[in-house]
Parts: sequence; C-alpha cells; structure tokens
Amino acid sequence: MIHSKKLSSKVGVYCLLIAGVVISIAPFYWMLVGSTLPSGEIFRLPPKLLPGDYLAQNLQSLNESLGFAKIFWNSLFIALVYTLVSTLISSMAGYAFAKFTFKGKNFFFFIILCTLMIPSQVTLIPLFEMMVTFNWLNTYQAIILPTLASPFAIYLMRQNMKSVPDSIIEASRVDGAGELKIFFTVILPVTRPAMAAVAIFLFMSQWNSLLWPLITLNSKEMFTLPVALSSLIGMARIDYGQLMLGTTLSTVPIMIFFLLLQKHFISGILGGAVKE
Amino acid sequence: MEQTEKVVNTKPNFRVKSRKSLLTPKNVPYVFIAPAVLLILIFTVYPVIFSFILSFQEVRGVEKSFVGFANYTRLFQDPVFYKSLLNTFQILIVQVPIMLFLSLLIAVGLHSSMLKGKAFFRISYFMPAITALVAASIVFMILLDEHFGLVNYLLSFVGIEAIPWLTTPFWAKVSVILVMTWRWTGYNMVIFLAGLQNIPSELYEAASIDGASKVKQFFMITIPQLKPVFIFTVVMSTIGTLQLFDEPFILTQGGPNNATMTITLYLYEAGFKFFDFGYASAIAYVLVIITAIISWIQMKLAGDES
Repeated sequence: MIHSKKLSSKVGVYCLLIAGVVISIAPFYWMLVGSTLPSGEIFRLPPKLLPGDYLAQNLQSLNESLGFAKIFWNSLFIALVYTLVSTLISSMAGYAFAKFTFKGKNFFFFIILCTLMIPSQVTLIPLFEMMVTFNWLNTYQAIILPTLASPFAIYLMRQNMKSVPDSIIEASRVDGAGELKIFFTVILPVTRPAMAAVAIFLFMSQWNSLLWPLITLNSKEMFTLPVALSSLIGMARIDYGQLMLGTTLSTVPIMIFFLLLQKHFISGILGGAVKE
Repeated sequence: MEQTEKVVNTKPNFRVKSRKSLLTPKNVPYVFIAPAVLLILIFTVYPVIFSFILSFQEVRGVEKSFVGFANYTRLFQDPVFYKSLLNTFQILIVQVPIMLFLSLLIAVGLHSSMLKGKAFFRISYFMPAITALVAASIVFMILLDEHFGLVNYLLSFVGIEAIPWLTTPFWAKVSVILVMTWRWTGYNMVIFLAGLQNIPSELYEAASIDGASKVKQFFMITIPQLKPVFIFTVVMSTIGTLQLFDEPFILTQGGPNNATMTITLYLYEAGFKFFDFGYASAIAYVLVIITAIISWIQMKLAGDES
C-alpha cells in the first residue's frame, strides 16, 4: 500500500517534469521545422510537425534580403574579439585587485562596483553622441569598446584569483620570473575554469545583445544577428520561413556549444552564481 | 633597438633584469588595472555623468541649452511615461513570483533523490536560457498568433476559444510574461538546484531522527537554508525586469495602445525615434533612481531578517 503510493507519486512527479521539458524544448523543435517550410505552411492548421523541403529557398531569400553570411560573420567576429580581449582585461584587473596592495586600490574597485549597480541604459545617449563624434556608427569598435571592460567579469575574476595561493607567486618571484611571466604562465593556467566561465558569459551577452547594436548599426551589411532578425519583423510583409531560418541559424551554433560544454556553459551563463 | 639586441645576444641575463626594472611588483598592479579602469572611465563613468547633465538640457540638433527641471516636469505629466512605469511594475509583480515559484518547484522535484536522469532534465530546462531574447520572442510571436498559432490550436482541443494574445492590451502583457517565464525559469531553477545541493544532509538526518515530517523539513530546513539564493534570484530578476526591452520590442512594439510599453522601450523611442536626448536622459535617470530604491529595499529586507 505504502509502496504503491510512493510509486504513484513518483510517476506523478515524472509526468509533471516531462511536461515541463516538453514546454522548454518544443519551441526549438518547432523553430527548426519552421525553417524548412515556406511562409504559408508555417501558419497552416493543423500545424506541420515534420520538416519540409523549403530550406534551400529560405536560405536563398534570407541571403537576398540580408546578406546573411556577412551578418553571421559580423556577429561572430564581434563576439569573439570582444570575448578574448574582455576576458584578458578582466583577468588582469581581477589579478591586481586580488593579489596586490596598492594606493587607490579601494577607490578604483569602488568605482567598478558602482558601475555594476547602474543600469546600462543611462549610458546610451551619451555613448551614441560619442560614437557620432568619433564617426564610429556602423563600425565593429562601436559595438565592442563600450562594454569591453565588464565590471561583472572583473568582479568574478577577482573572486577567483583570491583563491590562488600567494606562495606560488612568491616562489616564482624568488626564481626571478618577471611580473608578466608570472601572470601568463602561473596565474592564468590555474584560473582557467573561471576564465572559461567568464568567457562564455561574455560571449553570450555579446552574441545576444540587441539594444546597443540596434542604436549604432543602421547599415544592413554591418548588422549583427539580433538586429538583422528584428529588422525582418519591421518589414511590411514578413516572410516567416526566412525569419524562422534566421532564428535557427542564430540559435543552433550556441545550442551545439552548450550541449558540448554544458557544465562550463551553465556556470558561465549564471555568471559564477553557481559553483560546480 | 640595435643595442638591446646586442645585449640580448651577448648576455641574456641582462634582458631579464631590464624587464624586471620596467615592471616591478610596485607598479605592476597599475599596469594591470589600467585598461579596465580607462575603458570604464571613458565608456561608463563619463556617459553616466554626461547623461545627468543632459537630463537638464534641451537638445536641438547640435545645440544644447539648459532648461532646469523642464524634462522632469514634462516627464511627470506624461501619461505614456506613467503607463510605461505601471506596465513595468505590473509585469514585475506578476512575472517574478510565478517564475520563481515554478523554478523552485522544478528544482525541488529534481532534487528529490530517487529521480533518474537528473542531468537530462537539467540540460533540457536550461535550454531556453541560451537563446537570444530576440529569437525567443520571434518564435513566440508566431506561436501566439491569434488565428494560426500553435498555442491557440492546442487550446481549441480543451474548448478554449482563440485568445487574441498579441492584439489586446491584457493578453499582450500576458504574452510578454509568458516569453519571459519560458526564457528564465530554467535559469533560476539551476540556481535553486545548486542551492539545494549545498544544504548539508546532516540537517535533514537530524530532523528525521527528531521525527519531523518531510513537509515540516521543507519549511523548517529547506526554505531558510535557501534564503540567500532566493534573495539573489529576486534581486537579479527584479533588476532585469526593470530593464525589460527585447521582448516587448519584438513581440508587440510596445502596443497595443502602449499596453506593453516599458521604461526602456520608452527611453529608446524618446532617444532614437524622436531624438529627444534631454528627455530620454531624464527617463534614464528615473530608471536609475527606481533601481536604486528597489535594490536598497530588497537588501534592507534581506539584511533585517537574517
């Protein structure tokens, strides 16, 4: 009796959890199917649940209306450069804040913490004016530079650098290693997991970012993926097959990386909120 | 240049020494923080200050003139601004509790030790959190179509008539809430799950020995132990919702009849549709103040109880 009650409650929990999984995953499946259908078929009732054969045509029309390869490249280039440089900058700053005592340390760290608290929307208008003055609208640097020093990444790297034992730094100094050498050959290798998490966090926030690129990019060939997708919606007649394919192409690469590196990914996207 | 090379060639040790004198343990921290600090000063601190000044100015083309509090007085007489505030708070008050409740529920379900396939569930639930908000909004825009959307089609089987998701003020807000909940529930669930795993099992063992029921254990151990995690998710979700932009921008463009106009969407329109930079800066500063007040209240509440 007790046993069967336990069993049925277990089955109940399973059913609810699986229903949740279906809700989480179904939109992805439907997006994939939609990318292989012509616009009209996407809105057919009953809905088509199996892939069609319109993928090539959707790709062609997507390329015609947006020049998709260039847009994909824009997004990828911006996100990669941003991630590499930003991870390095925040590791350097994090290291200095964690392992050195110097005049003004608290002051500088306080400034960084303050910017962490302020909604980024406040900077939009002056930054836009700055980009106009520099003649930087529609450039990669306009997207990359303003958020290149991420206070959040600096904070996370500082927390992680703190756990590096002082003794290994001292030992390297005694051996006569220069400060740069210590940083690159001693510190960075031991903080690799934290760097990976920070890098994924930075990559995702840049890859998915809409508002700032929307403001600074107005020429089609400089669009990033989110801006390009939002521009498709603004059209008088939306081609939904094309839209679904664009959405798929912006999501699938991330999905593959996620499935390959899920643990790093989860702690990265959660910004180190979860330690594993 | 030539000389250095010579030195390097003849006595390699000199090179090490000369580098050492360039970067000493004393000056090296400044070198290491320099890029970050410079970038933050130029691209964050300066704009934050400049935006404050702008909020007291009127901008006409390249000409700027000080107008005192005019932008702010205009703001507080602007019905659309009030509407955007109200919408943002309505979405906040409904969405955050629902989402966090669901997250906690799933996390507790997954944490119960008998369950198999935990890793599979965890990955599946986390999937929405890796999608761009733009992508999620586009997919839902189509799913929620009134006449041909999959959601209404499925609802028709249980006898629910077609819901005008995106075209009526009430349902448009519900749609935004739906997309947000779909996108963020798994994200928060994983945070709760980690929190649950960090609760020492001895606490439960001791409670079992004392004869406390599972339900009692949940309220006496789980909930109090999860409090820091809970506060973290509440603060982060609140700050995120106050800055809501992508979902209403894609789903409804703030409509119908401004029903999904949010603070950030209004700021965007004022700034980059009407190029009213002074007014947009004033909106931005109201957002800063609201965020500061709410964060302060939440921190205060969290601090007082513990």
